[in-house]
Amino acid sequence: MKKIVVIGNGMVGYKFCEKFVASEKFKEYKLTVFGEEPRRAYDRVHLSEFYAGKTAEDLSMSSATWYEENNIDLHTSEMITEIDRAKKTVANHRGIKYSYDYLILATGSSAFVPPIPGVEKEGVFVYRTIEDLEAIEAYAKKLKSEGKAQAAVLGGGLLGLEAANAVKELGLDAHVVEFAPRLMPRQLDQGGSDILQAKIESLGLKVHVSKQTDFIQGNGAIEGLQYVDGTELKVDMLVISAGIRPRDEVAKECGLEAGLRGGIVVDNRMKTSDDSIYAIGEVALYNNMIYGLVAPGYDMASVAVSQITGEIDNLMIDHIDMSTQLKLIGTEVASFGDALCDSNDIDAIIYENKRSGIYKRINISKDGTKLLGGILVGDSSDYNALFQIYDTAMKLPENPENLILGNRSGDGGSLLGDVMDLPDDAQICSCESVSKGAICGAIENGSCDTLGDVISCTKAGTGCGGCKPMVKDLVDATLKSLGKEVKDTICEHFEYNRQELYDIVKLKGYRKYNEVLDTHGKGDGCEVCKPLIASIMASIYADTANEEAPIQDSNDRFLANIQRNGTYSVVPRIPGGEITPEKLIVLGEVGKKYDLYTKITGGQRVDFFGARLDQLPKIWKDLIDHGFESGHAYGKSLRTVKSCVGSTWCRYGMDESVSFAIALEERYKGLRSPHKIKGGVSGCIRECAEARCKDFGVIAVEGGWNLYVCGNGGANPKHAELLAEQIDNETVIKYLDRFLMFYIKTAAPLQRTAKWLDKLDGGIEYLKQVVIEDKLGLADELESEMAALVGNFQCEWTQAIEDEEIMKRFNHFVNSEEPDDNLVFVPLRDQKMPEHWK
Amino acid sequence: MEEILEIYKTTTAEDVKIWFKAAKVSDFPKNGGACVKYKEKQIAVFNFERKNTWYACQNVCPHKMEMVLSRGMTGDQNGIPKVACPMHKKTFSLENGENLNGNLDSIATYPVKIENDTVYIGFSE
Repeated sequence: MKKIVVIGNGMVGYKFCEKFVASEKFKEYKLTVFGEEPRRAYDRVHLSEFYAGKTAEDLSMSSATWYEENNIDLHTSEMITEIDRAKKTVANHRGIKYSYDYLILATGSSAFVPPIPGVEKEGVFVYRTIEDLEAIEAYAKKLKSEGKAQAAVLGGGLLGLEAANAVKELGLDAHVVEFAPRLMPRQLDQGGSDILQAKIESLGLKVHVSKQTDFIQGNGAIEGLQYVDGTELKVDMLVISAGIRPRDEVAKECGLEAGLRGGIVVDNRMKTSDDSIYAIGEVALYNNMIYGLVAPGYDMASVAVSQITGEIDNLMIDHIDMSTQLKLIGTEVASFGDALCDSNDIDAIIYENKRSGIYKRINISKDGTKLLGGILVGDSSDYNALFQIYDTAMKLPENPENLILGNRSGDGGSLLGDVMDLPDDAQICSCESVSKGAICGAIENGSCDTLGDVISCTKAGTGCGGCKPMVKDLVDATLKSLGKEVKDTICEHFEYNRQELYDIVKLKGYRKYNEVLDTHGKGDGCEVCKPLIASIMASIYADTANEEAPIQDSNDRFLANIQRNGTYSVVPRIPGGEITPEKLIVLGEVGKKYDLYTKITGGQRVDFFGARLDQLPKIWKDLIDHGFESGHAYGKSLRTVKSCVGSTWCRYGMDESVSFAIALEERYKGLRSPHKIKGGVSGCIRECAEARCKDFGVIAVEGGWNLYVCGNGGANPKHAELLAEQIDNETVIKYLDRFLMFYIKTAAPLQRTAKWLDKLDGGIEYLKQVVIEDKLGLADELESEMAALVGNFQCEWTQAIEDEEIMKRFNHFVNSEEPDDNLVFVPLRDQKMPEHWK
Repeated sequence: MEEILEIYKTTTAEDVKIWFKAAKVSDFPKNGGACVKYKEKQIAVFNFERKNTWYACQNVCPHKMEMVLSRGMTGDQNGIPKVACPMHKKTFSLENGENLNGNLDSIATYPVKIENDTVYIGFSE
């Protein structure tokens, strides 16, 4: 068995081990790995996430037992200080020797600290390892306790900006100091840098370009930066991120050939001047260059493995691509190919939009046939497509400006045309070097069937993740071409998607869950398919949630929202948020009578909490006796239509937003749908009702209403998109009827309108064609279906309290009248709350 | 709060010393559950009418210790009868109490028998 010693356990060192383990000849070798950091290899690319709450363990490249499972000896906190090439041994800092047949140098790099007087002062750090981050965090804490908060980052490159953001996350005022006249000078031109600078300054970071630091001020601890131009910047901390230097000391000492400015010289086999020693990653000097990106490092690891095992003669490519796409301080930045190209042989096409903070530049060959490189700031969604065009040297379209301005012909075609048109050797995932051929091949040869399979078998998309949308498109397209339809079945009990089940139920007229399960499903059903079929039947037959209670979602079954201790909340409907003082007093009386915690909701109504199951019917009887009805706050159905006060009172109002909101809420109340639906009506463009954050939003403008659809707040906020302009009340209702019914019939389970539109082929333009132009000839059907639902509305709580059978559902015990004796409440600001979870 | 769990121990048909008469079959929803009070215990009882089988388990969900499982939705996972907690959709096998979608402790299960349209639950004490 041959011995391989790997010096360095960073990302590239780990990748070498991973590739080796995957090799068929792995069993013929024994790997021993030395890392000088105290922990096993972690993801340095996402280091700043350490401050966002990720632990060192989260960032780790492998599980704790991975090395052991693969019979690799990992020595952490151990530094190799000597290589004896004649005897083929290495020695650690304690003098213990290990012999090798092959030696891999994966020592990486360290932060470059420029020789500025004063860098040794207290409060000066580098940004490289988890230990560095811990030290920075501790010092920031100390500064804050002393009332100090100014921190500078030296270096406005990629890593420097990451560091600046991290410093800001720690609650300090972050200054970026850059020697060059612009940020990210290797990737961006002045225009791109200006937009990036404006963007990050709007987030509170300060940028100082063209600043050369003369010395660091301070007596013992840093107090400021003195610039060569005579000005200064007072700061309490400095993080240096001014580039990297290869860690080549031990390799140089044993006489391996090194570059003038550092780095161990390697050939395209990753071999150093010693036949038994390879160098990979940031310590390797290849083509007289050090490559500080992870993707080429991974390629080098791969080359070294295949050279040692001799399985294939895999050589490092000549031209290494330095394209990058990343999110810096919330701003998308990408740069590819020859991004900065200033020669006269190119034509640059530049789009700059300072209002929305977007800069795009593409460099085109003079003859207009080839894309040579480009820059994207603020919106890098076109990166994958542009990169493919550049990388595969595809012929450019007639109007290359469309590549960055978008296809303005309105047919919704993608930049690239069809992903399947890419050549097989087009590299889709550059982190893991996975080609289109490898992705499609994995499906075609039968080894993979799903996106998940493809990702785990090819590793595509497991690096930065930027290529995932393209991988998914390729997987879907390949499956389709093989006749394997991409099936979005709802659960193990039904081989159908929601839309198919909707059609089946409607066509066959099924009225019971069991009928559908017996004829089209299998097993006993589950918590996914039961409420889904209940919702479909409700949308077809205007059923309330009292129909076949056991299949209703657990909140629908009890017509209330279950809360933290198993009690429920009660929300009566207050259409448009308009309520008389008399009714408001009733609500107060009810809250008091049942001792309920009371709060105003975001949907302009009142929520009562802490109602026991057995109390629900009594509370609702009181509310209904006073003219209230269910607010459906528990349902996947229309919740509220929020309104501003509109022209009835507001001096700016253009129309009666409250009146219209009440009319819309009354029309669609309780409308059962794939997910909850919210609406809003604003009386003018000041938009006080926040209508564009809703599934449908109506805003009064000169000459009518503008109708927006498919917005939401929540985890992924999205503004609603304009469906129609300057339309009257009747037209708003007509379009809403069609839109809502179309959504209800075609959306996936628990898919809100924004996500639905996102997945709808053709997007908003297609939706306009369906809703406004009636392209599918469905308008009459959609309208009459909606009319039936509206006409058959019943308040399900009124229905419940009038029916003794339904009332039985609200007893906590089937064999006792007693309430749940397990509930404990504690006081909270003159009200009550459930005792904390333990 | 963990002491709540201590009074619930899985009981097999052989362990049963008392068959507690809970309620009429018609008092329970079909293909759904209801809660039975037995001494200081709360027991969730489920009627799988499609298979003509009944199951019983503790009403308390071991995730957050709330008395809610009887209000959960029933179904099966690869043929294993299960209940999904209404709080966070944790699912439990009604055959052996195992948490099917996580690593929570198993819930205690109890035998059920039906005689003369009446539901009996078996306890060892």
